[in-house]
Amino acid sequence: MRLVVDLNRCQGYAQCAFLAPDVFTMHGEEALMYDPGADETRREQVMRAAAACPVQAILIDQVDAPGTPERPIALERAGTDGR
Amino acid sequence: MTSGTLLHQITDYASRADPYPLYAELRRTPVSRQDDGVYAVSTYWEIVSLLRDPRLSSDVRNRVAQPGEVLPPEEDPALPPSFLRLDPPEHDRLRRLATRPFGPPHCPRRVHDMGGELARMVSGLVDGFQGKDQVDIVEDFAYPFPVMVICKLLGVPHQDEARFHGWAETIVAALDPNPAEGPAERQRVAQQARSELGAYLAGLVAEHRRAPGDDMLSALVTDHGPDGRMSPVEVITTAVLLLIAGHETTVNLITNGMLTLLRHPEVLKRLRADPDLAVPLVEELLRYEPPVQLLPQRTALADIDVAGTVIPAGSSIWLMLASGNRDPRRFRDPDRFDPLRRDNEHLGFGNGIHYCFGAPLARLEAQLALTELARRLEDPRLVEDPPPYRQNPVLRGPRHLPVAFGGLAG
Amino acid sequence: MAVDGSDKAFRRHGRVVVVGASLAGLRAAETLREEGFTGSLTMIGDEPHEPYDRPPLSKQVLLGRVPADGTALPRRRAIDAEWRLGVAATGLDLTGKRVRLADGQEVGFDRLLIATGTRARPWPRDAEADLDGVFVLRTSDDAARLNRRLAARPRRVLVVGAGFTGSEVASACRERGLEVTVAERGPAPLVGALGGVVGAVAAELQREHGVDLRCCITVTALEGDPAGRLRRAHLSDGGTLDVDVAVIALGAMRNTEWLAGSGLGAGPRGVACDAGCRAFDVHGIVTDDIFVAGDVARSPHPLFGYQFLSLEHWGNAVAQAEVAAHNMISRGPDRRPHLWVPAFWSAQFGVNIKSVGVPPMGEEIIVTQGSLAEHRFAAAYGFQGRVIAAVTFDHARWIDFYRERIESAAPFPPDFTNVDRRPEGLRPVGADFPDPALPTHGPTVTLSGYSPSDRRVVFTPARA
Repeated sequence: MRLVVDLNRCQGYAQCAFLAPDVFTMHGEEALMYDPGADETRREQVMRAAAACPVQAILIDQVDAPGTPERPIALERAGTDGR
Repeated sequence: MTSGTLLHQITDYASRADPYPLYAELRRTPVSRQDDGVYAVSTYWEIVSLLRDPRLSSDVRNRVAQPGEVLPPEEDPALPPSFLRLDPPEHDRLRRLATRPFGPPHCPRRVHDMGGELARMVSGLVDGFQGKDQVDIVEDFAYPFPVMVICKLLGVPHQDEARFHGWAETIVAALDPNPAEGPAERQRVAQQARSELGAYLAGLVAEHRRAPGDDMLSALVTDHGPDGRMSPVEVITTAVLLLIAGHETTVNLITNGMLTLLRHPEVLKRLRADPDLAVPLVEELLRYEPPVQLLPQRTALADIDVAGTVIPAGSSIWLMLASGNRDPRRFRDPDRFDPLRRDNEHLGFGNGIHYCFGAPLARLEAQLALTELARRLEDPRLVEDPPPYRQNPVLRGPRHLPVAFGGLAG
Repeated sequence: MAVDGSDKAFRRHGRVVVVGASLAGLRAAETLREEGFTGSLTMIGDEPHEPYDRPPLSKQVLLGRVPADGTALPRRRAIDAEWRLGVAATGLDLTGKRVRLADGQEVGFDRLLIATGTRARPWPRDAEADLDGVFVLRTSDDAARLNRRLAARPRRVLVVGAGFTGSEVASACRERGLEVTVAERGPAPLVGALGGVVGAVAAELQREHGVDLRCCITVTALEGDPAGRLRRAHLSDGGTLDVDVAVIALGAMRNTEWLAGSGLGAGPRGVACDAGCRAFDVHGIVTDDIFVAGDVARSPHPLFGYQFLSLEHWGNAVAQAEVAAHNMISRGPDRRPHLWVPAFWSAQFGVNIKSVGVPPMGEEIIVTQGSLAEHRFAAAYGFQGRVIAAVTFDHARWIDFYRERIESAAPFPPDFTNVDRRPEGLRPVGADFPDPALPTHGPTVTLSGYSPSDRRVVFTPARA
């Protein structure tokens, strides 16, 4: 799977690192490191992390790759309402 | 009805079952000065902005009495405030120290790895419903579960529950801004309860120092990181905070959750069929029925201009989280419970540096609890709607939630 | 199709070409589809890879935790585009509305988005740059090569330039247990971006983590052995350093060469565009069907004296791409200004660094929260009596407060009391930027609105 964290939004609440420790790790108190190409088996963990992010900074792929049809996923950050 | 008394109406017990229409009225004045001098902030963006504003203090010692106002008495000097009621840098240091045995970066897997044990706890509690056709979700499930969890995590013997339960209730009751007894009496009783709970925990801490286990109290007294170690008093104030916060809030999240599900049977049905729904559902719950409704403890350190209103330095500020969560300027169709809501940046756990310490654990507990209840209770029905509520307007939730059901799935 | 026809027809059948298949290009394409563009969409990228994220390249990837080809960007939605990857755009015919490609083909468009970004500034002498062991870090291929070499445990790595990339490379090397020397021309790391006061903290961080940091020094030559492998670096103080890896981190160059002679206002500083992301031609006249977004764009920002800012920021690429895409398929009154307040982050030596506003405009700095010595603080930069920027070290939860101060042109030095103000935060000091070439006046404007769609500029009377 693919994911990206908007680290401008991220404020180091570390909820993702609690809930999906195989994908998100804190580097020091506040800096976040993550695996942008996490294994598909971690998707459930990553969904938990994305849902819990207090600033909704985690974007998970909505489609697998170029050209493939859209696959709706419940958890996503809206494009326009958030700052 | 003037807006200057809306807070009183909101904290009045008669409003407990449904304060939301009053919040809507409050939002017509985003920053509303109450007759008693308190400033109530009720709209989403203004609350978020203040939660991230260093001109606000969480330390009540910064309060300045307004004309005609009597400040609450000083707290017990032997038991100083916990980090919840402190500002940086003390807050930051204590919270870092408390985080070390709890989460990343030092213990990144702790909460995640509790998942299996938590699941066994909830299924054990539901097993206990066997042979009944009605239970009280609060007494039989939503209260005992988080208590088991926090005891295990902290290293507090579960058999002592009867002792600390009374103290915890008294301390929490003191958070009620509109109590039956006078403020002085309430503070005195709460202080005594806090001292007794502190003394009890001091004994435990001494035991853990002698024979450390794999629990947070042991780690707090033996650990030595870059910030050093908490002082003995700091360990106790932190333990009091975690013990109380750990079971007086999650009980409401779970109970509010079950109540909301029973009021939305179609959602309950979906959760039954799709346990993954629990993840976004709990987030929506935190928005829709947050267990901490408001933060009544902030003080302005400077004159602060919020949405065109200047809050004078020294004023008491109440941040109405539950109201911000229903702000139509932020959330589309805010009074609708929509477990698949997108863009759900709710304030259920607060924001900024005081963001709920136990949030990851509370989320996991609520997800597992609601999934298990949905899966196993067959044909569940609310016996009373609304159910009887607890007195407290800050930590709001039902006192009892009687639920009848047709049977128990395996 | 003719653009002077209806916008509806363009939305339905128009041809959009996006040159640059990275973050800005991808997000623009997604926004076009999201907002109902159903015409043809062509994505042109010089790298063979589909759009990927760059910030992890100098962090997770260099730590060996994530493979260099493992940072492909997630998609917000399907974009149904024709992809022309691995082929660079080499020219633009404004009159004929065609993009020329390196393989000789041409692609026609009705509206064009230029999002070609930047590339790493190479070591100036080709023969030395070609030595085995000399690296730059911009693309995933760069990161793959450098990571492989770091995994082979070189005896010493030389990082040339202590900006953000150089500092992050040095941090990763130290975390891998490698010996690192950082050579910086300025007096401290990050000094160009954050000034000398904060630069001194960055220097402390580096030294505490075992970096051999050398400031006010330049590398005068890189020397190889007969087999063409890097062996030694010569320094401006006359010293030499035995190294087998050198990472050149001298900043970025904007990819605008392909636009030379096209008639667009493009040059080494980027492609100039208006606040609505429409490119200017060489006469300074705004075009109507050429849009620009991301690192390659230079656009005027009302908060900063309407200066043309080029921002090599991740967040700017996303925000500007969204505005550009929206404006490409919207009529005049529906178009939005790109009013993003500059913001960036860096993670190095276990510290989370964040910044908002334009720190180099700052004349003075005041540490409003925490302490420089503890490496945990928030500091505000002042310019002509207002807050112009801020920086935090492990204080990210406060950064939005400072963004709001910048947006509302709040007075500097701050006239308020706040938590955790230390003695060092009682008065501002010089921000200590090496080259304070700043304008002396400008209209005072503030921003209003909570979400990108309702952001507007508000003019306020200038302070005396």
